[in-house]
Amino acid sequence: MSKIIEGLCYSESHEWAKIEGNIAVIGVTDFAQKEMGDITYVDLPEVDDEVSAGEEFGALESVKASSDLISPVSGTVVAVNSELEDAPEKVNEDAFGAWIIKVEMADASELDALLDAAGYKALIGE
Amino acid sequence: MSELDNSAELKTTCLYEAHLALQAKMSPFAGFMMPIQYEGIVAEHNAVREKVGMFDVSHMGEIFVEGPEAEAIVNHIFTNEIRGYQPGKVLYGMMCYPHGGVVDDLLVYREFEKDHFLLVVNAANIDKDFAWIQEHARDFDCTVRNESPDWGQIAVQGPWSEKTVMEVLGYKEAANLGFYEYCNVEYKGKRLILSRTGYTGEDGFELYTTPENTVEIWNRLLAAGVQPCGLGCRDTLRFEAGMPLYGDELSQEISPVMAGLGMFCKYEKDFIGKEALLEQKAGNLDRKLVGIEIEDKAIPRAGYPVELEDGAPVGTVTTGYHSITLDKSICFALVDKDFSALGTPLWIRIRKKTFPGKVVGKRFYQTKYKK
Repeated sequence: MSKIIEGLCYSESHEWAKIEGNIAVIGVTDFAQKEMGDITYVDLPEVDDEVSAGEEFGALESVKASSDLISPVSGTVVAVNSELEDAPEKVNEDAFGAWIIKVEMADASELDALLDAAGYKALIGE
Repeated sequence: MSELDNSAELKTTCLYEAHLALQAKMSPFAGFMMPIQYEGIVAEHNAVREKVGMFDVSHMGEIFVEGPEAEAIVNHIFTNEIRGYQPGKVLYGMMCYPHGGVVDDLLVYREFEKDHFLLVVNAANIDKDFAWIQEHARDFDCTVRNESPDWGQIAVQGPWSEKTVMEVLGYKEAANLGFYEYCNVEYKGKRLILSRTGYTGEDGFELYTTPENTVEIWNRLLAAGVQPCGLGCRDTLRFEAGMPLYGDELSQEISPVMAGLGMFCKYEKDFIGKEALLEQKAGNLDRKLVGIEIEDKAIPRAGYPVELEDGAPVGTVTTGYHSITLDKSICFALVDKDFSALGTPLWIRIRKKTFPGKVVGKRFYQTKYKK
C-alpha cells in the first residue's frame, strides 16, 4: 500500500502539492517513487523559472528509465530542493518529505482541477 | 531493444513460477515474460559485483550442429576461428550477413564428442538464427537441431560464484575451469553443462540443464542465500563491462567492426560477411561505437542525440546509465567516425539541455575474470 496524506492536492501524473498561502510545495507521491524504483538523479529547474500547469518542469531518473515531472500549477519557481542533487534517494525514502520545488502560484483556481486524497487513492486503485 | 511487441504471445521460462513467488517485477523481453528486478536493480547489481547473484537466462537459445562437416559450416557462418579450438572451450563471435551486419552474437561450444557443436544464441533471435543456420547448412553433411525449449539456464555470477557452485551444488570441477571453458557434469542423472562464462564482467558460471533440474538448482541456490537478479541489472552489469547487447550495439545495421569487436573476426579464414568487414576495417565505414562520459549526473538514454558544441548532430546514444559501480554518467553511442577518437569532446542532448562530455574507452569497468 502506498502512503497518501490527507489535505494535499494530487495530480493524475502523481505529483503532490501542499498549499501554504500562495505557495505550492511540490513533490512526487509515494506511489510514483515505488513505480520508479531506485531514483538516481533529479533534474531540477532553477529559481525564477516559469512553470505551467500540466507542463514538464524537470525529471526523475531511475536506473532504468526517466520520468518527466509535471507541474500541477502555473507560476514562478521560488525555491528548489538542491539537497536532492546529491541525495536523490531521499525521494525513495520519504516521497512526501522530499519536496522538489516551491512555486508562487499565478492562478490559485488551478487547484480546483487537482484531486484530493480520496480521489488520488481511487486513481491509483489501492 | 530486442523486445517483441506485446501482441505476440509471450513465452515463459521454466522458472516463471519461481519469479512470481519472489514477487519479481515482470516484463516482456525478447518474446518472454521475464523478471526485471526482485529487490531492486542497485542491490542486485551490487550483489554481483561484491558477492554472488543468479539470473534466469533460460530464454537463451541452444542450437546443436553435428556431423562430419559441422566444423566447416560453423566456421563458415561464425566470425571467430573455431579450428584448433579444443573440446571444452567456448568461443564468442558473431554470425554476419554478407554486407557485414549482424544476424546475432553467440557462444560456440566445441563439444567433447567429435564434430559436435553447441551454439548459444539470443532469445529474440532463436527462430531467425535457426533458419539462417539451416539454410547455410543445406550443402554440408551435418544436422542442425533447435533444442531451446528443452534447456533451462542459470547464470551464477560474482566473486563468490566458484565457491557457490562448489559448496552449494557440489561441483568441485568448477575450480579447474578457466574463463571460457566448460565441462559436462550430471544433476539427477541428466546432463548439466558447467560453463565458466557470463555477461556481467565478473567471474561466473552458466549452468545449462533440463528445465526440471533448473528449477531445483534455482531453489537450492536461493535457499543458500544467492541473490536472485533480474534483467535490469543484467543490462547495467554488461554495459559497465563494455559488452554489446544485440539490438542496441549490434544489429543488421551495426557490424562488429563498427561496434569495435573486430578482435572476434578472423580474416585468415573465409566466413560470410568477411569482404564487407575487411572493407570497413580498411576505413570504409561512416559510424563507430564509442563510450562517452559526461560530467553531470544527468543520464544519457538510448536514442538521445550526440552533438558537437554548435549543435550539429553526429550520432545517437545506444545504451546509457548513471553507472552504479563507477558513479558516473556514461553511455555507448554510435557516432560519425570523424568524432570517435578517444578524448574527442562531444555533447549529449538530454531533454532541454546539452551536457558536455568526451569519448572514453568502452570498457568502463575493469573486468575480473579468472584467468
